[in-house]
Amino acid sequence: MRILTLLLVVLTALTSCKERGQTTAEDLAIAYECPMHCEGDKTYDKEGSCPVCKMDLVRVTPPATKADPEGTFSDMSIYNLPATWTTQDGKDIQLKDLQGDVLVMVMIYTSCKAACPRLVADMRNIEERLTEASKERVKMIFVSIDPEVDTPKRLKAFAKENFMDQDPWLFLRSSEENTREFAAVLAVSYKEISPIDFSHSNIISVFNHKGELVFQQEGLGVNSDNTIKHINQAVEAM
Amino acid sequence: MFTHTFRVILVILTFQTVGFSQPEGMVNIKGSRYIPLYGRDSTVVEVKDFLMDAYPVTNQEFLDFLKKNPKWQKANILKLFADDNYLRQYTNDTVFNASPNSPATYVSWFAAKAYCECQGKRLPTIDEWEYVAMADEVTADARIKPSYNQKILSWYETPRTDKKEIGKTPKNYWGVYDMHGLVWEWALDFNSVLISGESRKDVDKDSNLFCGSAAIGATDLMNYAAFMRYAFRGSIKARFSIKNLGFRCAKDVETIP
Repeated sequence: MRILTLLLVVLTALTSCKERGQTTAEDLAIAYECPMHCEGDKTYDKEGSCPVCKMDLVRVTPPATKADPEGTFSDMSIYNLPATWTTQDGKDIQLKDLQGDVLVMVMIYTSCKAACPRLVADMRNIEERLTEASKERVKMIFVSIDPEVDTPKRLKAFAKENFMDQDPWLFLRSSEENTREFAAVLAVSYKEISPIDFSHSNIISVFNHKGELVFQQEGLGVNSDNTIKHINQAVEAM
Repeated sequence: MFTHTFRVILVILTFQTVGFSQPEGMVNIKGSRYIPLYGRDSTVVEVKDFLMDAYPVTNQEFLDFLKKNPKWQKANILKLFADDNYLRQYTNDTVFNASPNSPATYVSWFAAKAYCECQGKRLPTIDEWEYVAMADEVTADARIKPSYNQKILSWYETPRTDKKEIGKTPKNYWGVYDMHGLVWEWALDFNSVLISGESRKDVDKDSNLFCGSAAIGATDLMNYAAFMRYAFRGSIKARFSIKNLGFRCAKDVETIP
């Protein structure tokens, strides 16, 4: 019996070593890709030029690994952002307080008549289609790009109107400056075109439990299959 | 007693004027309303009075900032805030291989913003930057002059101007140097430009306004230089660090009571 256990342990150790070895090799492998992504995510193992657009291939940036000395999150984690946000319940939080869940975020403003209702619908649609296991570990978050109008009170009313005043839904607002910075992180563009109207990108971003961006869905009413796949994967990886 | 108080107040007021009205290296810009070279449906924008750095931030100035703020040094910066090109001209954390008086480039938006905040300043908005940039040496709005546009476009064709030193181009109407001819510059709200390639599909309004047709649709073809600037801003991300992209700071005018 003892021998069997020992054998099992050794076997497990061996397998895990092998697995780790493989991933390291993959991590270390230098890959090149077309800067224009002519062939999607196709990579090459040598320098050269893209067969489609003839541009020089560029080295694929390896994922960030350096850990933050204060916590366990990496360089690319949004938990590094120090800004304070206020929820629809008037509670002040930092993004790192959301640590541990997969975050699905979108930037909207509540007085928006054109795109935002559709973005809200997209978010609802994504949430409905998640697996039961995922639903428990996901936060669906709306971040206001119009903090002046979108007071916590207003966000609360908006949440109630949309039957979203409970988990997994969360509404956040901060100062104009923090909002601009967060948009910069998400690569979301927005511009005030009148006191009540904004023009903005429609991007839904998925962050894993370490606060790293894993996927962005761009556009309105697009097929969310990929987004859902990435959310479920992020949950499984926890 | 009364005279004493009066004197104290006088002294405070004097110092406040010296300290705040025109900080060293900054010039007063008198605000106004104008139509940006390339604006969304050419709406008039209003720029309030503000202060702007006369020169772009130099390598030496940025190094001083790095020494005081190690978390922005090349080795320490979070990848969230800068890509791999960040401070490429530096051979190590506090040594750069470039002219000290050349504009600081390979700086991300986050780093530029932090630099300005450390000086008690901020980055200028696009509207502010473009407002100052439309002046030539003698007029506040030189955009109708063919020579003004010609100069800017010929600079856009000149390679490696980022190696030049600051203050070598003639100062403009406001007393500001190097708005054109040296490097492109970050703006606080650079991400308010919705003319990236992607915007055709991901922006809710005016989706037909931008890209190819936009240059042709702009009010006059001389707007092309400004169109290029807006297109560039629309195409970059805040963590990008680019060889010919520097910055300068601005500041609100403080009202003296």
